[in-house]
Amino acid sequence: MREMDSYIARSLWQDRMFACLGVLCTVFGLAALCALLVKLALDGASRIDWQFFFSYPSRHASRAGILSAWVGTLVVMSVTFCTAIPLGIAAGIYLEEYARKNWLTHIIEVNIANLAGVPSIIFGLMALGLLVYLLHLGQSVLAAGLTLGFLVLPIVIVATREALRAIPTEIREASYALGASKWQTVWHHLLPYASGGIATGVIIAMSRAIGETAPLITIGALTFIAFLPPSPVSPSPPFLSLDWLHSAFTVLPIQMFNWVSRPQQEFHLNAAATGLVLIVFTLSLNALAIIIRYRMRRRIKW
Amino acid sequence: MQDQYLLENRAGDAPVLETSAASPAHLTRLKRVRWREWPIEMLLFGAAGFSILINVGIVGTLIYESLVFFRHVSLWDFLTDPLWTPLFADPHYGILPLLCGTVMTSLIALAVAVPVGTIIALYLSEFASPWVREAIKPVLELLSAVPTVVFGYFALLFMTPLLQKFIPDLPGFNMLSAGLVMGIMIIPYVSSLSEDAMQAVPMLLREGAYACGANRLTTALRVVFPAALSGIGASYILAISRAVGETMIVAVAAGMQPNLTWNPLKGAATVTAYIVQVSLGDLPHGSIGYQTIFAAGLALFLLTLVFNILGHLLRRRFREVY
Amino acid sequence: MADKLSRATLVKPSSRMAAKAHLEPVENLFMNPEAAPAGHVCKASVRNLNFFYGNNQVLKSVSLDFYQNRVTALIGPSGCGKTTLLRCFNRMHDLYPHTRYEGEIILYPDGINIIHPDTNPLEMRLRIGMVFQKPNPFPKSIFENVAFGLRLRGVRGSLLQDKVEAALNAAALWEETKDRLRESAYKLSGGQQQRLCIARALAADPEILLFDEPTSALDPVATARIEELIISLKSRVTIIIVTHNMQQAGRLSDFTGFLYLGELIEFDRTATMFTTPAHPMTQDYLTGRFG
Repeated sequence: MREMDSYIARSLWQDRMFACLGVLCTVFGLAALCALLVKLALDGASRIDWQFFFSYPSRHASRAGILSAWVGTLVVMSVTFCTAIPLGIAAGIYLEEYARKNWLTHIIEVNIANLAGVPSIIFGLMALGLLVYLLHLGQSVLAAGLTLGFLVLPIVIVATREALRAIPTEIREASYALGASKWQTVWHHLLPYASGGIATGVIIAMSRAIGETAPLITIGALTFIAFLPPSPVSPSPPFLSLDWLHSAFTVLPIQMFNWVSRPQQEFHLNAAATGLVLIVFTLSLNALAIIIRYRMRRRIKW
Repeated sequence: MQDQYLLENRAGDAPVLETSAASPAHLTRLKRVRWREWPIEMLLFGAAGFSILINVGIVGTLIYESLVFFRHVSLWDFLTDPLWTPLFADPHYGILPLLCGTVMTSLIALAVAVPVGTIIALYLSEFASPWVREAIKPVLELLSAVPTVVFGYFALLFMTPLLQKFIPDLPGFNMLSAGLVMGIMIIPYVSSLSEDAMQAVPMLLREGAYACGANRLTTALRVVFPAALSGIGASYILAISRAVGETMIVAVAAGMQPNLTWNPLKGAATVTAYIVQVSLGDLPHGSIGYQTIFAAGLALFLLTLVFNILGHLLRRRFREVY
Repeated sequence: MADKLSRATLVKPSSRMAAKAHLEPVENLFMNPEAAPAGHVCKASVRNLNFFYGNNQVLKSVSLDFYQNRVTALIGPSGCGKTTLLRCFNRMHDLYPHTRYEGEIILYPDGINIIHPDTNPLEMRLRIGMVFQKPNPFPKSIFENVAFGLRLRGVRGSLLQDKVEAALNAAALWEETKDRLRESAYKLSGGQQQRLCIARALAADPEILLFDEPTSALDPVATARIEELIISLKSRVTIIIVTHNMQQAGRLSDFTGFLYLGELIEFDRTATMFTTPAHPMTQDYLTGRFG
């Protein structure tokens, strides 16, 4: 009897100790996140003003700004968006709804899984050899956007597939039973129902792309750009111009990397301010994805 | 098994196309529909097949460009020379110092992420209430959403000064600080995926342990953990693969000097940091110095490929169990 | 009187009484273990047991006794609460949120109330073993599965070896497994796995063994072996078995309780209940008119 009591006491103590350890580790993770945000905010907040957003980089830290960087991020992201989203969703639809179970499908799946695991800097090397030199795209917005598009492609594909897989087979059968063709079923039923899940994946993918630095450095993004890409609309016919695609560029994370690698402390403040802008961007995108996912789970109960 | 059946069933043509009544007018309409939709299917297939092209592009570029390098440097020298000084007057092209930096920073990162991540996963899965779990998991996952260059800043200007308070002669660039911050970054990879694996362990197994009189800790460590082992292993592998391929943290905080040392307090270049360093420089494309980054990249690619395959095998085993 | 048990009635206690039940146990005839039929010793008494999942009441003022070294079967249509009742005994419900017990389950001889908040569920699970609907061996070797409960209690060395062998023997599994104790438990067949789970529960020398439809996932041959085993275990342990199979209840049990919609309709000797059920509902269920 006394043995049992001591066993029970020991068991409760073990459980309590491990629960404490678990809370400690969880708090450690959360504290690291907080420390990161606080450190950035303390260092960078004082540098954030209109002048910082609307100035080009400069040799004088206090006069430097991130105009070319955020415009660069915006244009590169637009190319990435136009590459990864259609390609990723189409590939997801094919694999989930059309693909037969054969060796070709298997090869495609293995390839996608491999892409998801390749370090981002390898994508940079591929883009450097293939896009920049072989296809003569140069160190341009187009090359950068495509690189990041390829990089986040697996995220979009996986999200699309999971969203489609969550739709019960009965929905498909109901649509077929009404005489709809395969594509009609996909277009009118499956895609709308899967849109929440796909949107979540797209947002996560874009937030990942915004923060990527290494592959863009590899393809030779410049760190000192004191001009903007040419405007996509022109006053003379044909009014639309694609010159901006071939422009040199810089993006927010590269600007930040450039400043943080300098020895002068004033530039570190600029880096912190850039990091703050970057992190507000990515974390709000992620928060948006979490909210969409949460609301979706509450709304749809198959 | 049932899933697979559904998948195959679904993967065939729409049932209506196969089984509809045999009135000729009807059939021609169906044939027309099928013919009209053929280009759509081809387009979708093209999109899916594009991933093969990207992979071929990656492997092709790395091999093609590395060949230029290996025409000048023998594979033996590449693998065994203890010096990596491609930009010096007397160039040496030994990958060992770079690999050493990569291995050291990765080991430090894993020493943080694996225990902390596993404990968090065990805690969230077996101890915390569902409400806490649902709230904490997405917040922790934000850690891996932070851009890595921001982590680099954090390592250089927060972690290193912090460590210097305890280790006064710690240099500004060191592997310890970079590794620690990298470990923090990959905690969610371990914790989230391990937790998913533990959640997939059937409740019946836990009940069996509790019914024997086990407490939560014993159930978690001796029943749930072994049952979820292949999924947990896959999460470790993913963490390794992330750590090995991580670039910006080490490029910012660990310095860019190739250094064959096992001392974590020293600075060293990793494979990835070296690629960044050369990319930032002004070496012309085609020069032997420039081609080194492709050889280094190929080594990195092969390294992560091994881990990816290992993780893939583990995940497949994990799926077979349940 | 000697062989006739007082029948549980359908009269519900007022809800106020039920709510207070765990604070002030209702004094009645059943409180006295001496009230057992001749030759029987009361092992556990359930008194005015109410059980809730959230606001949903699953057990309604259930009262009945379980006798030492006897097999008691709980039968009833699915959803009647028989498994819920069984899982009260080793406090399995404590693992899930929004569950609530009221009333008492007294374990004799020490008179401890199993479901009292101050009673540690671990202690109850150490004293009361359970075998589940589906075999659930741990992902370990055969030996380690049986040794699991013993190791918790700090049993080591040759004593551990002996106890594992004894438990496997008692579960009629020793001959089949003595040469492969280090193999994974998953290599055993379904019926063997279930006997392994019985050995696992037996190894710790429980006072009561709970069976939750132990043969529902097994083929007829394996079922027959488990049934033989249960009967042979009667001499060591008090057995409570939940089953949806009335023939099984008839073959195995000495006493049977019939539950319907969370209430105990009738409790009697199995022989009596199966031949002359007192309640028309029991008769309808036994003759297959519903359930």
